[in-house]
Amino acid sequence: MRKLLTSKWTKGAVFLVSSIPFLLLSWGLLRGDLGINPVETLQHTTGDWTLRFLIFTLIRYRRMLGLFAFFYVVLHFLTYLGPDQSFNFSGMWDDVAKRKFVTVGFAAFVLLIPLAATSTAGMIRRLGGKRWQALHRLIYICAILGVIHYYWLVKSDVRKPVFYGALVGILLLWRVWDSYFRGKGTAPAPVKTGVSATI
Amino acid sequence: MLIRRKPELTYADVTPKDVYTNRRKFLRDLGIAGAATALAGEGILSLASPSLTAYATSKLNFVKSPFSTDEKVTPINDVTHYNNFYEFGAEKDAPSKNAQNFKTTPWTVSVEGEVKTPRKLSMEEILKLAPLEERIYRHRCVERWSIVVPWIGYSLSAILKQFEPTPKAKYIAFQSYYDAGQMPHSKYTGIDYPYVEGLRMDEAMHPLALLCVGMYGETLPNQDGAPVRIVVPWKYGYKSIKSIVKIKFQEKEPPTTWNNAAPNEYGFYSNVNPAVEHPRWSQATEHRLGELFSRKTLAFNGYGDQVASLYSGMDLKKFH
Repeated sequence: MRKLLTSKWTKGAVFLVSSIPFLLLSWGLLRGDLGINPVETLQHTTGDWTLRFLIFTLIRYRRMLGLFAFFYVVLHFLTYLGPDQSFNFSGMWDDVAKRKFVTVGFAAFVLLIPLAATSTAGMIRRLGGKRWQALHRLIYICAILGVIHYYWLVKSDVRKPVFYGALVGILLLWRVWDSYFRGKGTAPAPVKTGVSATI
Repeated sequence: MLIRRKPELTYADVTPKDVYTNRRKFLRDLGIAGAATALAGEGILSLASPSLTAYATSKLNFVKSPFSTDEKVTPINDVTHYNNFYEFGAEKDAPSKNAQNFKTTPWTVSVEGEVKTPRKLSMEEILKLAPLEERIYRHRCVERWSIVVPWIGYSLSAILKQFEPTPKAKYIAFQSYYDAGQMPHSKYTGIDYPYVEGLRMDEAMHPLALLCVGMYGETLPNQDGAPVRIVVPWKYGYKSIKSIVKIKFQEKEPPTTWNNAAPNEYGFYSNVNPAVEHPRWSQATEHRLGELFSRKTLAFNGYGDQVASLYSGMDLKKFH
């Protein structure tokens, strides 16, 4: 089982599957078939996949899925900055300062940047395993902020953000339980591969 | 009251053509030309899109109204497949799917409250009460998207004038039809039903306020508020209540659904106002369906010349 999960074929397959939402969006964009409000479709779909990958990355394949989360959040941010704000940065800052759902969404996006930037094996070496791990615990904050961002923006039907929130909560509890009861001894050394860091 | 009339009916002349360009889609939607879907051209695209959803509408006779805008009309497919009609679900594409079997015949509208003789109006009476007009209005949703729709109906005042209000009548309250059995998706939408809305008497009597029975030359599709709805073009879309069964004259300001759901976000007046922000987003710009970049939102949705006087002396931030 462990062999299967770490085989490069499995990782390749996970990579391909993770790219499917992007490929579908690109295909839809090329065909002009993203529904009646394509800008909204792009915004909602990239936002949804960001949250999903933030959740997936708490389970396994942390580096790859975390980078996918970052990839989708960049697209999400671009649909906001472009069609929504017409690339007007002062309007964007107004929004970030004034509206709390934009504030937390933007904060989550900014916090993901150092995580993506330090995702290489070289960066792990340079930072040292402990410091690198501490930094990458920010992913939990990002996931929580992402859920709050979603919860605050929906009009009245909160089922989906609540569902995502529950998943993040469960995964967080599982991590806490895992590290508390199983002790530190079982955590694989993160320095060598980076991907196998469990916390 | 001054209502500016346009010297020429420029756009109105073009409308039928626009409807005709959608003819194939119309026929296909009606199921008359099912085989036509196999035709080349747009065929492949629309096979994958939800435009095949049927809706049974029939032709209406109407005259063109000078109140129409000459802006580009939004394609009928967008207006029938991108809806906020929470009784049929909160997703934009839910009403076109879930309202297909909504039963709208027979239909009556009860006019009651502070009037001398309350009574029920049948749909047949409503359709004959005044000559039908086509009015091409801008429609601006509080969520920041907007459309341009050729509605069909007549001024709401025409129906209100049929009744003798008592001196106490200061407001008009509207109520939508509600039946949890026919609208099972309403359960998860987080607002209370039946949907209710209201207008101050002078707003309701304003000639731009429309009692609407159709759009794009035909009766209203279910997902757009069949068989009869209100359209108030200078207010956010949720004031334009769908599928109404009750019109009540009353002394007190009536409660309204979205105001009940979130009082700090949705006021009673809900006039389109780029200067008053929604707590969660700016209302300065809007996304016109079909356009890539946002456009500026106009005060009173561009109907300020006609309606701003209704609110003179009022603090529109306070009475948002």
